[in-house]
Amino acid sequence: VKVKMLSWNLDNYIVPRNYDPTLHPFEVLQEYVRVLNATKLEGVFAKPFLAWLDGHRDGVSCLAKHPKSLATVPSGVCDGEVRIWNLTQLKCIRIIQEYVLAFVGLLFTVGDDKTVKQWKIDRPGYREGEEAITYNIRKDTGIDHHWKEAVFATCGQQLDIWGKQRTNPICSMTWRFDSISSGKFNAIKTLILESCTSNRNIVLYDMKQATPLKKVILDMRTNTICWNPTEAFVFMAANDYNVFTFDMCALDTPVMVHMDHVSAVLDVDYSPTGKEFVFANKSQSREQRVICVKWTSDSKYIMYGSDEMNIHLWKANASEKLGVLTSQEKAAKYYNQKLKEKFQHHPHIQPTEQCIMKEEVNHIKHSKPGSVPIVSEKKKHIVAVVK
Amino acid sequence: MTANRLAESLLALSQQEELVDLPKDYLLSGSEDEGDNDGEREHQKLLEAISSLDGKNRRKLAERSEASLKVSEFNVSSEGSGEKLVLADLLEPVKTSSTLATVKKQLNRVKSKKTVELPLNKEEIERARTPLEQEIFNLLHKNKQPVADPLLTPVEKASLQAMSLEEAKMRRAELQRARALQSYYEAKARREKKIKSKKYHKVVKKGKAKKALKEFEQLRKVNPAAALEELEKIEKARMMERMSLKHQNSGKWAKSKAIMAKYDLEARQAMQEQLAKNKELTQKLQVASESEEEEGGTEEKVEELLVPDIVNEVQMNADGPNPWMLRSCTSDTKESATQEDPEQLPEPEAHAVSESEGEDRPVAEEEILLREFEERRSLRKRSELSQDAEPAGSQETKDSSSQEVLSELRVLSQKLKENDQSRKQKASSEGTIPQVQREEPATEEEEPLLLQRPERVQTLEELEELGKEECFQNKELPRPVLEGQQSERTPNNRPDAPKEKKKKEQMIDLQNLLTTQSPSVKSLAVPTIEELEDEEERNQRQMIKEAFAGDDVIRDFLKEKREAVEASKPKDVDLTLPGWGEWGGVGLKPSAKKRRRFLIKAPEGPPRKDKNLPNVIINEKRNIHTAAHQVRVLPYPFTHHWQFERTIQTPIGSTWNTQRAFQKLTTPKVVTKPGHIINPIKAEDVGYRSSSRSDLSVIQRNPKRITTHHKKQLKKSSVD
Repeated sequence: VKVKMLSWNLDNYIVPRNYDPTLHPFEVLQEYVRVLNATKLEGVFAKPFLAWLDGHRDGVSCLAKHPKSLATVPSGVCDGEVRIWNLTQLKCIRIIQEYVLAFVGLLFTVGDDKTVKQWKIDRPGYREGEEAITYNIRKDTGIDHHWKEAVFATCGQQLDIWGKQRTNPICSMTWRFDSISSGKFNAIKTLILESCTSNRNIVLYDMKQATPLKKVILDMRTNTICWNPTEAFVFMAANDYNVFTFDMCALDTPVMVHMDHVSAVLDVDYSPTGKEFVFANKSQSREQRVICVKWTSDSKYIMYGSDEMNIHLWKANASEKLGVLTSQEKAAKYYNQKLKEKFQHHPHIQPTEQCIMKEEVNHIKHSKPGSVPIVSEKKKHIVAVVK
Repeated sequence: MTANRLAESLLALSQQEELVDLPKDYLLSGSEDEGDNDGEREHQKLLEAISSLDGKNRRKLAERSEASLKVSEFNVSSEGSGEKLVLADLLEPVKTSSTLATVKKQLNRVKSKKTVELPLNKEEIERARTPLEQEIFNLLHKNKQPVADPLLTPVEKASLQAMSLEEAKMRRAELQRARALQSYYEAKARREKKIKSKKYHKVVKKGKAKKALKEFEQLRKVNPAAALEELEKIEKARMMERMSLKHQNSGKWAKSKAIMAKYDLEARQAMQEQLAKNKELTQKLQVASESEEEEGGTEEKVEELLVPDIVNEVQMNADGPNPWMLRSCTSDTKESATQEDPEQLPEPEAHAVSESEGEDRPVAEEEILLREFEERRSLRKRSELSQDAEPAGSQETKDSSSQEVLSELRVLSQKLKENDQSRKQKASSEGTIPQVQREEPATEEEEPLLLQRPERVQTLEELEELGKEECFQNKELPRPVLEGQQSERTPNNRPDAPKEKKKKEQMIDLQNLLTTQSPSVKSLAVPTIEELEDEEERNQRQMIKEAFAGDDVIRDFLKEKREAVEASKPKDVDLTLPGWGEWGGVGLKPSAKKRRRFLIKAPEGPPRKDKNLPNVIINEKRNIHTAAHQVRVLPYPFTHHWQFERTIQTPIGSTWNTQRAFQKLTTPKVVTKPGHIINPIKAEDVGYRSSSRSDLSVIQRNPKRITTHHKKQLKKSSVD
């Protein structure tokens, strides 16, 4: 006779329970202990590093996310080689011999030969030649693709917007003559473009009016910018030593200044949820210097290319379990997250380091009162806003 | 010569008695061996004769050497007696011998005399030959000391006669009791002296000093002259102190403390105390004596003084504790008077001084009362005198009536004490009630009683003193006591006063008193010179007091500290369950035994860190282990700590919430699925309708405008 085991899944039963608070005293203390344990376990299970993609013969200069495929990641190196990787297999699936300065996920590469070439991701068939659609551009260094339309923008001396199958740009925009290092399309308000120049400016353009909207002048050069994928008005500008979060509508004061970088921030990327972001710092304290960084589209992983000639793959959340979670596991995870949020101000849960601008404070303290103006950190780095 | 004669007569008598007593023995002695022993006996006799030759003509009695079985009346041996026994002798009565009668008479006379008198002849003693002897006799005669037979003074004789047996017994019992008490005290003192605890001795010393001070106060009231002498002693001690280097940080102890003082607060304090002591001891005290002199005056003088003193006192009372306080709030006067503020020491001092000055006032009233008392006593004495009708009665009446006097005095003194208390209560208001603080008569009577012993005078000096005392008493007592004031004052001028004081001194130890509680001594007299010097300081103090009249910070602090200390003490745990093992119910409390059994006494915690820091409260409640887990700063969005606490206090776990609530509470804001691409947010996602036209079409429609507009813009802008 075959005996069937009774299922004892708690989710299938409603266990009667007395929630009288007098029967369950010390709720704060109990929860505190739970959250303490959770944080400790988090430390125990922290295994952030997943793998590295080996094969490049020079420092990885650019990385890109494929808009449709999670597993496909192209990477470009300064020695004229583009590799396309499959993350699930951790293998290089294709190598394109091309000198690239920048590219986007759909493999529009900007070569140093004043051309933009569009490549096929898939390997060409047998006896098929490498064919790429080529656009002749001026000496441009950056490229971004529109989020919906088949339009891309290149930036160099000016910002050019190209339609597909066109030899000339649809329109080109500039605010005085400046070398534009990077230009990005807004992910939501797709008509809005943004560019950062070597002239310490960040300029906003409206594609509809084909004019620059306004610009903000910072005290240092901005290396790269990144739009928030969930908040249409918010973007981030990676400055030397500082990263600013700006609201497009109020450029005179950044929403937040992310400080404490040891060296210049070279790249910045938002998580697809828009809640988190990642910086690539030039400092060589832990790794070789990281040149480019990307947060994968499912918000679980981070990859970066560094001078070490390989691409690192890390978990975004170090202690997260990678497999499928049971309902209890999920509940526990959510509960712990919530508890951490609740007790976040307690020193043992999230040790917060107080960043004290000691030098400045001392300067103010030891000088004549009123002689040193107290300027907030947010205002300090903004030189001017021009419309 | 007479002695020789006497001895001879005695010998004769003894011989006679032997003869009377021993006829039977002679009869019994062995007669059969008469013949054999003859030669031997002769020899013995010869030997005896020879031995008796050397001056001592002792005669050995004949001994009977062996017992004989047969006793017959016919053979009676005649050995032992010198001659042969004749029958006629035996027949004759014994009495008839005349020589024996005389001897017997002599013997009787001897028997009647118990002791041998030496010197034997009275006349010989009476005649004082040498000048020294004469002098001694003179002295003895003067003091009525017994020279001749009964070695009792007339006073003693009188007392012996006066005291009945019962009285004597009573008195003896009393004295015994007193002596026993004294021995107890001595034992106690010895025991206490052996105690090594410094703290104990400190406390004892303090107590003693207090007591001595009290006594001194009393002495001042009662016996100003004695008090004056005491003061002189204090002055002398001051001089000694000034001469010595006792409290001047030069001793071994002080030097060691000086080294420690840098690090140890207690040592520093001790040093300062020592210096303060030195200062106090070397301070000059003067003014008290003046008041005493005044007291020595007559009654009129006292009455003259009465009015200004009262005025004085009123004034002093008015600005007693703190005039500013008084003016500001009259209701607080009592409190301010009772408060024990160390800073207010000088004021009470002045107050005390005023009291001491104003002491003349009650004297008159005292005297009235005392006179009444004296009158009564004299009346009673007179009645007793009439009853006894004896010439020597003055002394004995005193003795016999002493008990009654004592009891009466006790009653009186109690009354006085009550009066005194009432007066103290109404210190500020004028005391119109007659007040007497004199307990002196009682003490005076009691003390001699206690210290009296049946002792004989030993030295000549004492003899002299005794004689004088006798004279005084003799003079004093027959005098009508109604004379009042003078007679009442005489005890102070009596020569025995110093003697009494000597005894007192033994109990007090002046040096001790000074060293232990000099501040209280200081309060006795008015340091007028010091006052002038301290005037500035006092002014400053006054200013400070004026400024902070309303709030007493120090007291508040002390109270706070006391409360903190109380709160930090571990509490006892009472585990008694009413009604277990006994009846329970309303109004019934568990028995004391049970409570005692189930009361868990909390162990005494470690000493507080601020135990030796009077100006500091150290909060030991803060636990660093828990503090490490606590939030130090109020987090940003909260404006008050209770908001934050409330958010922390609401639990989100499934233990306290229903399953659904738990799920709702714990759902994260953003949930991501692995392996799913998260596209940027669209207008449709948040409920907006995006334009159907594509961006590209928009751009392509007006390419020309761009350039023109752009040029305009470029012209306008002039940045950088």
